Amino acid sequence: MMPGVATVYRWELFKLRYQKRTYLGLGAAAIVPILFVLAVHFRPDRRGGDFAFSSYLTRSGLAVPLVILLFGAVWMFPLITALVAGDIFASEDHNGTLKTILTRSLDRWQIFAGKALAAGTYAVIAIILSGTVAVIAGSIQSGFNSLQSLSGTIVSAPKALELVYVSLLVYLIPILAIVSIGLLLSAITRNSAAAVVGTLMISLLFQLLGILPGLGGLQPYLLSTQFNAWQGFLRTPTDWAPIIRAAWVCALYGIPALFAAYLVFLRRDVAGG
Amino acid sequence: MTEAAADNPASPAGSPSPPAPGAAPPLEVRGLVKRYGDLTAVAGVDITVRAGDVYGYLGPNGAGKTTSLRMMLGLIRPTEGSVRLFGRDPQATVRALEGVAGFVEAPTFYPYLPGRRNLELLAAFDGNGASSRIDEALEIVELSHRGGDRVGGYSHGMRQRLGIAAALLRDPKLLLLDEPTTGLDPGGMRDMRVLIRRLAGQGITIVLSSHVLTEVEEVCNRVAIVRTGKIVYEGEIADLKRAAGMSYRLSTTDDERALAVCRAQPGISEVRVKEPDDPGAALSGEAGSRASGQPGRILFTADESAVAELSQALIEAGALIRALAPQTATLEDLFFSLTEDGDRAVAPSDETARAVEAAR
Repeated sequence: MMPGVATVYRWELFKLRYQKRTYLGLGAAAIVPILFVLAVHFRPDRRGGDFAFSSYLTRSGLAVPLVILLFGAVWMFPLITALVAGDIFASEDHNGTLKTILTRSLDRWQIFAGKALAAGTYAVIAIILSGTVAVIAGSIQSGFNSLQSLSGTIVSAPKALELVYVSLLVYLIPILAIVSIGLLLSAITRNSAAAVVGTLMISLLFQLLGILPGLGGLQPYLLSTQFNAWQGFLRTPTDWAPIIRAAWVCALYGIPALFAAYLVFLRRDVAGG
Repeated sequence: MTEAAADNPASPAGSPSPPAPGAAPPLEVRGLVKRYGDLTAVAGVDITVRAGDVYGYLGPNGAGKTTSLRMMLGLIRPTEGSVRLFGRDPQATVRALEGVAGFVEAPTFYPYLPGRRNLELLAAFDGNGASSRIDEALEIVELSHRGGDRVGGYSHGMRQRLGIAAALLRDPKLLLLDEPTTGLDPGGMRDMRVLIRRLAGQGITIVLSSHVLTEVEEVCNRVAIVRTGKIVYEGEIADLKRAAGMSYRLSTTDDERALAVCRAQPGISEVRVKEPDDPGAALSGEAGSRASGQPGRILFTADESAVAELSQALIEAGALIRALAPQTATLEDLFFSLTEDGDRAVAPSDETARAVEAAR
């Protein structure tokens, strides 16, 4: 059987199982919700803060993953994502293995596609894992109860659970754009640390642009803004506008970055690793 | 080549079997140039490796050997020129590497994966039943017992051998090896040479970049010598040495008279004297005076029949032969003559350099 993208994808996932950064990222994705729930549990007044779903933190565990999404967008999920996306090409340079795999029977585009899919898969797993742990830890802490939507309507627990996972999927849209940026920096810098930090810095830069005075007009088109698009599902009726905008705005960031990463990888001379 | 021949250190790869008529050679490089800005790493390489060759690719550090090999494997793009692997362009498609394997610089693997896992990964990337050859490849390089250990814990020699195993997974017809014995201890070097000869004996065409000239002389049948990115010699090692000519060193009971006899003898040329403490000195007209009274060495170039006649003439002249020995240029002599500046060339530089010029 001739190898293809699926072969690279499978082996990239296999390699991730052997790398510490994989467990560092997934560990963070799992432990942060637990720490958050513990923090809420041990607060003296056991009330949330002044933000969406904060008042529901002690009434329904299903509020926990949504609050984690609110705060995770600043640095946690971009960092977790960048840990793998920023490393996936750079580590080949670090280990000198690029020349090893490029002299087998696979075209460069196949290797690129397999790696990009693996980095995306890791991001999906990290988000779903974090959300699931948050649901479980929150439910243990506050119960598997109904939730009040952002429109003020009460949503039953099963429906709220469905909305949590749909929100996680919407949250993946900007995360995948971050993955693309991480892949680009990984291919360009050939340095894992530079790519990981660079990806995080770009994410933080978008956050900064969002709060700078006079740049309000940019707000809807910033990558950071799209991290809140999932809230459209928590409104009744569903507000599709931010979700649709997130799709095309993130595509505007992600697709060129991914394509640039592809070209860099395709055309580069492997004179070192 | 037979197994016996392959295992005989005195017998290099031997004459390659002639390629099938019309078949593209395993490796054909034409006008290969690689520039990095103002730096020209490879400046017009032309080589042809024929089926069955064990081909030495020689040159000092920075001569452009590794850059050339990278272009041959499609890892970097030539600025000019072309590479053909069995007639296929490795820049156009990775399919050109079908039947081709090897490594440049040191072979590299994922250090956090066991050796066997690394091979499984590479076999998966190869397809074509490569995974069924893993056990055999590990067996050949004698790493079966360490296949379960992480590569990060392997010695340099073990990684080199794993690199060979990784290459063998592709069932190669052409093997490109970049300094496979670098960093190995003497035992490891010997084992690697035996392995290369064994692979050559199985009909695999091998291109071997190496600094170890004795190794190339021992293993290879043809060489290309590269200097500052250019090929300064390409051909059979035997031809190179033959072109360097057969010189002789003569010591007699009367060197002054012997010198005169040599000069007068038909078929004897380039007669000169070398002082024991001045190996580079080549005398011409004043040689006789300098040789007078010295237990010097007379050097000359001749064919075998002329030497026999010279022996007779010396006896008749009363200059009895103490020693008469052929001086064969080694590959090392030839290599330095071709790759170093004249003032650094070593004996027998003069005749070698001239012969090499003639051989180019």
